[in-house]
Amino acid sequence: MRSWTFTLVAVVAGAALFALSRFVQNDYFFFAGYVVLQYIVLSTAWNILGGYCGYVNFGTAALFALGAYTSVAIHKFHPVPIPVLIVIGGAVSAVVGLGIGYLTLRLRGAFFSIATLALAVVIQTLIINWDYVGGSRGAYILRPQTAPVIGSYIQYLFLIMLVLAVAAVAVARLIERSRLGYGFATIRDDEIAAEASGVPTLRLKLIATTLSGAFMGMAGAPLPYYVGYLDPASGFNLAYAVNSIAMPVIGGTTTWIGPLIGAILLGTLQQWVTVTISSAVNLLIVGLLLVAFVIIAPNGIVGLVRPLFQRGHR
Amino acid sequence: MSFPLDLLINAIVAGVLLGGFYAAVTCGISIAFGILDIVNIAHPAFIILGSYIAYIVNSNFGFDPILVSIVMLPAFYALGAAVYQVYYVSFERRGQEALRGLAFFFGLLFITEVVLILVFGVDYRYVEAVYIGPTLHYGFIDLPLRMLVPCLVSLLLILVLQVCLTRTFIGRAIMAVAQDQEALRLMAADPIRIKRIAFAVSIATASLAGAFLIVIQPVEPSVGRDYIGRVFAICVMGGMGSLPGTVIAAMLLGVVESFTATFYGPSWAPAVSFGFLLLTLAFRPAGLLGR
Repeated sequence: MRSWTFTLVAVVAGAALFALSRFVQNDYFFFAGYVVLQYIVLSTAWNILGGYCGYVNFGTAALFALGAYTSVAIHKFHPVPIPVLIVIGGAVSAVVGLGIGYLTLRLRGAFFSIATLALAVVIQTLIINWDYVGGSRGAYILRPQTAPVIGSYIQYLFLIMLVLAVAAVAVARLIERSRLGYGFATIRDDEIAAEASGVPTLRLKLIATTLSGAFMGMAGAPLPYYVGYLDPASGFNLAYAVNSIAMPVIGGTTTWIGPLIGAILLGTLQQWVTVTISSAVNLLIVGLLLVAFVIIAPNGIVGLVRPLFQRGHR
Repeated sequence: MSFPLDLLINAIVAGVLLGGFYAAVTCGISIAFGILDIVNIAHPAFIILGSYIAYIVNSNFGFDPILVSIVMLPAFYALGAAVYQVYYVSFERRGQEALRGLAFFFGLLFITEVVLILVFGVDYRYVEAVYIGPTLHYGFIDLPLRMLVPCLVSLLLILVLQVCLTRTFIGRAIMAVAQDQEALRLMAADPIRIKRIAFAVSIATASLAGAFLIVIQPVEPSVGRDYIGRVFAICVMGGMGSLPGTVIAAMLLGVVESFTATFYGPSWAPAVSFGFLLLTLAFRPAGLLGR
């Protein structure tokens, strides 16, 4: 499928999903759906760097919370519409992603991963000590009861996240079939050989970190309006980092559809487990699935399913 | 802001004592990451596990936490050997340690933390021992025993490790595995076995480090995360796999952190180590003592 056709199909699918969801009367559907869509954005963003280039980012929570706290800071100064916040939050996280990449990507891959772990704690410490956005006490955001045109505010947030998810998946798919994507794949397979063949590996890696960071920041920007109260412990929750790694790994890291499948399955499962059992058990399940998949099915669900399809074609 | 002399000297002393403890926390990483090139980000989780074992035995039977951790060394050694076996079979042999190996250790870190939360809750736990309360005074210098004892035992541990690494056959083979596995095979030593022993030793040190941790401060399951940045900062700064370098870097970080906590407030202390790590990675990736 051509990339533009694919983008069109993705947009139509998103629009159809939203149109159908308008018939759902239950608000909980939108609250749960928002979280699943948010994970689609996060895992797709993670996969641009982690899956395509092979560089593991543990700092998803930091870049995500950075987007959320940018929104809080701007909201306190002067309330602006959420789409504007998304652009600004995305830009801030993109710059931070670029910075951390610039500092560490010239070194071996492991250093980048460790630095991203460190980044999460540095940014969390800065936020805890920054009183303007509430410090360790957290910040309250009073969200409006209604949104223009759509009506219900949670449906408005749901729509925004749906648009972001469609955009993230479309961009990921676009990258995958482009020169950029082939460049990323050479880095993942053999970086030294790629460098020797004239692939500008550092520049490609920086593009990947920036893009990936931008989407994480964008996913975080509407969060304060969704939760209504944001404190550092929830914004920087390790669950974001674990989920954004587990979802692509479980779905399959080398294609755009892997993170999508992983996010939908795992995101829905978590919503269900959180409601029926407990949120600690749900995190345990994610951790166990992550370890089980990397050991037993290293190419994820896509890797398990693909041989069946390929045999059918031949 | 003025720096009174006695406050300054006490901050340095506290930092050195803290650094001795950090050295114990890091020496496992120095072996696993510095020598074997295994990015074991789950190491702090094993340390917390050590803390909880010390806590369980101490609160039920009243045994000394550090003695308990010494008795537990073989168990942690076996655990380390088992983890390495899984890691080797699933990732190292297939050449997939970069992405999937990291995800594996991250998963282990997370599972350990969540299981501890499910079993013990998020309450802070602490141990009882004779040396936790009292403090020695020399003039205006304070030496709290709860910091001094872990620091001294930790330095002893590192001395023993250093002697083993440089004086025994297995130790030299461990150093050699980092340089040339093929040459090691020619010396009739199995590199996989050597690496398993080394990794098991590195996890065994987590038992002791865990006991030190719970002697120094109350512990809850997610405390370990604060140590991820610290241990890697120290390991890199110490020159990847050099134990003397690890001790020097650990003390340096301890002093800087203690200064920050004394003069700017403890809420800034976590950022110090991570800032240190980022600066080291950016400007001196070979470490302080590196070439």
